[in-house]
Amino acid sequence: MENGNMRGREAGGLKKKLVTALGTLVIVVFFIFYMIPFFLVILNSFKQKADILRAPFSFAVKKGYSLENFVEAFTKMNFIRAFGNSLFVTGLSTFFVIVLSAMVAYYFTRAKDKFSTVFFAMMAASMIIPFQAIMIPLVAIYGGQLGILNHRLALVFFHVGFGMSMSVFIYQGFIKSNIPLSLEEAAYLDGCTNFQTFTKVVFPLLKPTTATLVILNAMAYWNDYLLPSLVLSKKELLTLPLSTYMFYGTYSADYGVVMAALVLTIAPLLVMYIFLQNQIISGVVAGAVKS
Amino acid sequence: MGRTSSQKLKNLCTFALPGVLVFVLVVIVPFLYGFYITLTDWDGVSAVKNFVGFSNYKVVFSDSEFWKSMLLTIRYVIFSVLLVNIVAFFFAYLLTSGIKGQNFLRAGFFIPNLIGGVVLGFIWQFIFSNALVRLGKGAGIGIFSKSWLANEHLAFWTLVIVTVWQLSGYMMLIYIAGFTGLSTDVLEAASIDGATGWTRMRYIILPLMVPSFVICIFLTLSRAFMVYDINLTLTGGEPYGSTILVAMHVYNKAFTSRQYGVGQAEALFLFVLVAVVSGIQVYMGKKKEVEA
Repeated sequence: MENGNMRGREAGGLKKKLVTALGTLVIVVFFIFYMIPFFLVILNSFKQKADILRAPFSFAVKKGYSLENFVEAFTKMNFIRAFGNSLFVTGLSTFFVIVLSAMVAYYFTRAKDKFSTVFFAMMAASMIIPFQAIMIPLVAIYGGQLGILNHRLALVFFHVGFGMSMSVFIYQGFIKSNIPLSLEEAAYLDGCTNFQTFTKVVFPLLKPTTATLVILNAMAYWNDYLLPSLVLSKKELLTLPLSTYMFYGTYSADYGVVMAALVLTIAPLLVMYIFLQNQIISGVVAGAVKS
Repeated sequence: MGRTSSQKLKNLCTFALPGVLVFVLVVIVPFLYGFYITLTDWDGVSAVKNFVGFSNYKVVFSDSEFWKSMLLTIRYVIFSVLLVNIVAFFFAYLLTSGIKGQNFLRAGFFIPNLIGGVVLGFIWQFIFSNALVRLGKGAGIGIFSKSWLANEHLAFWTLVIVTVWQLSGYMMLIYIAGFTGLSTDVLEAASIDGATGWTRMRYIILPLMVPSFVICIFLTLSRAFMVYDINLTLTGGEPYGSTILVAMHVYNKAFTSRQYGVGQAEALFLFVLVAVVSGIQVYMGKKKEVEA
C-alpha cells in the first residue's frame, strides 16, 4: 500500500515537472518574440544604413558599428530641449493633479454636501468620455477665442483637468475606507485648522495612493501625443513624443539615425523602470483595480 | 470638517473649488460647447459661425467614410479585446505556476506598455516594412516578402498585432493579481474533490476570475476604441485609407477638412457607442460576478 502510494506521488511529481518545463519553454519563446522589436532597434541604431538594409537581424556588419547615429539624432531632434520640455510638463502636471485631486477627494468624502454629490457624479461619469469628443471644442475655445495655445502651462492646465476624475476617484475610495475620522477630530482638538489637518495629518497618510497616482499620471503625461500635438506647435516647445514624430517625418529614410532617435526616446523610460520596477507594477495594478 | 456655514464655505473654496474648477473648464465646458459646435458650420478659422440646425448630423449619416472607419474600428476592437485578454490570461496563468524567473519575465512583458504609442508605431513600422521583408526574401517566406503595411488586408492586422503586443503585458499584471488573490482553501478543496485540469479551470478558476475579466475587458475596450497614436505612426491610415480608425477620421474631419461641426457630431457618435458598450459590459460583468 505504502509503496503504491509513493510511486503514485512520484509519477505525479514527474508529470508536474514536465508540465512546468513545457510551460517555461512556451513562455520563454513568447518572451523572446516580445523582446525582438527592442533588440532590433537597439542593434540597428549602431549600424550604418547600408548594413541595416542588407541584414537587419544580423550582427555582422561591413561598415562597422559606431555612435554616429546617436550624435546625429541627439543634435537634430534637439533631444535635451525636448527632454526638458517633457520633464517640465510631466513634472508640473503630476504635481498639480496630485495636490488638487487629493484636496477635492478629501472635501468630497468629508463634507457630504450637495456640491460634493453633484460633482463627484459628474467626474465619475466623465471618465467614459473619449478624448476625441472633447478635443475639437477644446481647441475651439482655448485656441480660437482665448488664444492661449502654444504655452507649456496651457498643456499643464489641460493635463490636470483630464487627470482629475480618475485621481479624485481613487483618492476618495482610499480616504473613505482608510482614514479614521477620529484622527482628524484629535487634530482639531489640538488646535489645527482644517487646512493644517489636511496637510499635516491626512495627506501624509495617503502616501501609498499618492505613489500609485504619481506613477499612473506621470506615465500618461510623459507618453501623451494627441493632446500635446494640438496644444504645442512651436519647435522650441515640443515634448519628446512630438519631437520624435517630427524627426521621423523628416529623416524616415535615414534608418540608422531614426533607430538611434527611438533608442534615445525609450532609454529614459527603461532606466526609470529598472529602478522603480516594483513601484510601477504595483501602481499600475492598484490603479486598474480601484478604478 | 467645518461647523459653521462660513467655515463650510471657506473649506469649499480652499479644498474643492480649485480642482473642480480646472476639471469643469477642461472637461465639462468643452464637452457642452461641443454640442453647440455641431449646430454650426464653423471651419475652425473664420470668425463667423452660422447656425445650421441639425444638418451636420444628417451629413454624418451620409458620410460613408465615417461609417467605414466606424466598422473598421469595431472589427479592430473585437479582435484586440479578444486576443489581448486571451494572451494576457495565458501569460498570467503560466507566470503564477511557479516558473523560475517569473518576476523577471513579468517585468519584461510589461515593457511595451511603458512606452508611448508613437514610438511603438515607429518601431513596428521598421519591422513590418523592412526587417520582416528582408527576412522573408532571404529565407523565402512568402508571406513576409512584401511589406504588410502596403497590403490593404494585412495592414489591419499589423494594428491588431501591435495592440496585442502593447496591452497584453498590462492586462497580464491584472490577471496575475487575480490569480494570486484566489483563495488557496477553495483550490485545495476543489483538488480534494477531484477537480483537476480543465474541470478545475472551467468551474473553479474562471468563475472566480470574473472580476479581473471585467476590469481587463473594460480597460482594453476603452483603450481600443480611442486608439490614435499607433494608427498614426504605424499605418498612417494607409494603404489607400484602408486603416483609418474612427479616432483618426474624426481628427482629419475637424483639423484637416476643417469641418468642425461634422467632426464633433461624429465624435459624439463615438462617445455614445463607447458609453453604451462599456455600460453593457460592466452590467453583464457585475451580473456574472453575483451569480458566481
